[in-house]
Amino acid sequence: MQRINRRLAWMVLGALLLMTGFWLVFTVYRAGHYWLALGGLTLLGVSGWVFTSPRAYAWRYLYPGVVAMLVFVLFPALYTARIGFTNYSSTNLLTFSRATAYLLDQTYSSGGDPLQLSLYAHGKNYQLRLSNEAGQVWQSADVKLDGAKKQTVTLHEASVAPVGDRASFREVIAQQAALKALTLYLPGSNEPYRLVSLSGFAPVSPLYRQAADGRLTNLKTGEVLRPNFETGFYETAAGEQIAPGFRVNVGWSNFERLFGSAELQAPLLSVFIWTVLFAALTVLFTFSVGFVLATVLSWEALRFKTAYRVLLFLPYAVPGFISILIFRGLFNENFGEINMVLNGLFGISPNWFSDPLLAKMMLLIVNTWLGYPYMMLLCLGLIKSIPSDLYEASAINGASAWTNLTRITLPLIAKPIMPLLIASFAFNFNNFVLISLLTDGRPDFTDSVVPAGTTDILVSYTYRIAFQDSGQNFGLAAAISTLIFILVAVLSLINLRLSRVNAPEKK
Amino acid sequence: MAMVQDKTHTGRLALAHVGLIAFLVLTLFPFLMIVSISLRPGNFAAGSIIPDTISLEHWQLALGFSYTDSTGRVIEPPFPVLLWLWNSIKIASISATVILLLSTTCAYAFARLRFRGRQLGLNALLLMQMFPAVLSLIAIYAVFDQIGSYVPWLGIDSHGSLVLAYAGGIALHIWTIKGYFDTIPTEIEEAAIVDGASHFQAFWHVLLPMALPILCVVFLLAFIGAIIEYPVASILLHQEQNLTLAVGSKLYLYTQNYLWGDFAAAAILSGLPITALFVVAQRWMVNGLTSGGVKG
Repeated sequence: MQRINRRLAWMVLGALLLMTGFWLVFTVYRAGHYWLALGGLTLLGVSGWVFTSPRAYAWRYLYPGVVAMLVFVLFPALYTARIGFTNYSSTNLLTFSRATAYLLDQTYSSGGDPLQLSLYAHGKNYQLRLSNEAGQVWQSADVKLDGAKKQTVTLHEASVAPVGDRASFREVIAQQAALKALTLYLPGSNEPYRLVSLSGFAPVSPLYRQAADGRLTNLKTGEVLRPNFETGFYETAAGEQIAPGFRVNVGWSNFERLFGSAELQAPLLSVFIWTVLFAALTVLFTFSVGFVLATVLSWEALRFKTAYRVLLFLPYAVPGFISILIFRGLFNENFGEINMVLNGLFGISPNWFSDPLLAKMMLLIVNTWLGYPYMMLLCLGLIKSIPSDLYEASAINGASAWTNLTRITLPLIAKPIMPLLIASFAFNFNNFVLISLLTDGRPDFTDSVVPAGTTDILVSYTYRIAFQDSGQNFGLAAAISTLIFILVAVLSLINLRLSRVNAPEKK
Repeated sequence: MAMVQDKTHTGRLALAHVGLIAFLVLTLFPFLMIVSISLRPGNFAAGSIIPDTISLEHWQLALGFSYTDSTGRVIEPPFPVLLWLWNSIKIASISATVILLLSTTCAYAFARLRFRGRQLGLNALLLMQMFPAVLSLIAIYAVFDQIGSYVPWLGIDSHGSLVLAYAGGIALHIWTIKGYFDTIPTEIEEAAIVDGASHFQAFWHVLLPMALPILCVVFLLAFIGAIIEYPVASILLHQEQNLTLAVGSKLYLYTQNYLWGDFAAAAILSGLPITALFVVAQRWMVNGLTSGGVKG
């Protein structure tokens, strides 16, 4: 009995969820996003199937996680590549329909009597009072001024003076966003009044009228605008572009710009070279330091090993954003403690942040500091797994410690550690956090049109083009991201092959 | 292994200790400095490692109290550090819970159930974690910008958006949990199923209690991962009171507004608990490390 009840409860819950889903899809459909609605419907259908069909039993467990990964990891990756083929940027931010709606919402003052506004606060609501130059007065009922929500208010002739205190001019200014969203109608007239100055309303007419074929006619000047799907703008007959632009496909033009135009080619090339150099040197340094420490710590006769290991591990345990910022302060050219020490010892104070070479050195020093504990842990584990009879045999033959290191230890860990080194290379290839928190890519190239710095790696360069430059050229940045995706994919393939060669018995 | 040692042995051992200690002094120098700086008066004062005068002004500011300096001027805390810490903890706990739920169920399917594409799926998970979220930042921004125009509390500058963005990062955790499930013998669950339990009941009442340690570790790792995440948080959050620690801390060190001492106190305050958590979690993590994960 109880089992049936529980089953029933699950079914009711399922039905409720399904209903909510359908309602959501319907709302999206009503809002005019047909593809999104279709996607939602597909999702609902698949969910229904997965949670009812016995054949899809395993998928009941996989489904939520897989959906999360598809939506928040795989989809953004593909969508980034997609954006790389568009002109999405701060000038072409809106979709075509939103840009059109924006233009159709534009108005112009068509002349006629302006009205002067005064506001009377009634609790949280306001009463509007409007007067023209001839002294005629109109009033509204209480209106809730609510952000930028569009509202239509019909006025009536004022017979009694409004109660309450007149709101100060400051209050009127504070309510500008709400006032701008108001459309007022005088009694018996269908002429819309909109806010045209800080406290003045005037009759307005829509600036554009849309024809059936998509052309917009400017009612003030009579000009005809046509949407140009090549450039992503409404254009006049003379070719003048009217803001705001909209997003359109531009094909390979972002990629052509990257490789073809001299102004982008030069920074891209130097940024790429530094990225590879930075990642390779980081792997080299962190591995060298980590390996040496691991060999020393593997020495059986050494005491206090655990204490050393814990202390040496500390740089890895501290959150990156904190330790990197600590270094940012310590390396500071004027107040930094590192320069103070160097100045005291050698009488020098290097310009860590303004000299390109020194900035690169600083990045490598900090990254070695951040990364060696990881390499040390890996090497410790691998050295432990080397059979000790090898060392015994070499001891019998009277080999030195150096021979042990180069003839036994290194060759034996080289193979298993290779995939991990490549993974580390790939990680540092995209080590955005370090660059962004330590140097921000600076010092910048002086001769570049897009913001690019001498210490920028590809991802931080992309980030600056997309989010820090005033142009916010998402399309161009996404094109670079797509290139990085391909590079990382190649690295991963190499890595997969290497690990497969290493561990054929693992699976 | 007992071996005959030559005469230079003791000398080499001493050399190793000296070398290690010298290296430790060099690597731990930043931590010693930052403690000293947090106790010095002022934001520019220079001095030795052990400060001459100890002042708790930076700590007062970091804990959200205002401070009156020697000239009688009241200095307000420059940034709401505790609020940022709370934001970080809130976002991290919610997203770690979501991540744990999603990855545990997935791991169960991969470890215990047989379905087509299982091996392929496992490999795909490994491949997926090679591509960091930082490469998809533009799309993530565009997606949440769109979502925000329908559901404001999931749009740009909301904590909900960050939780959702983090929820997809479960690939490595699935592997970790699956590895642990593989070490638990299936017989106990099979016995439960023979006794009339459903698959789900066997999973929920039998397997999960046995896997509690790894669930705690994955929760901790996901929690730490969310706290230290910087790139996605830096594009999704804008207003000062919405920031997480990882994004907010940077504001201390702008050239125009250089608050070195205040930063030092805030860094210790927020860094210490996270570091302690990480040291606890890393003991179980070493196995997972060799499968290719690298912490940022």
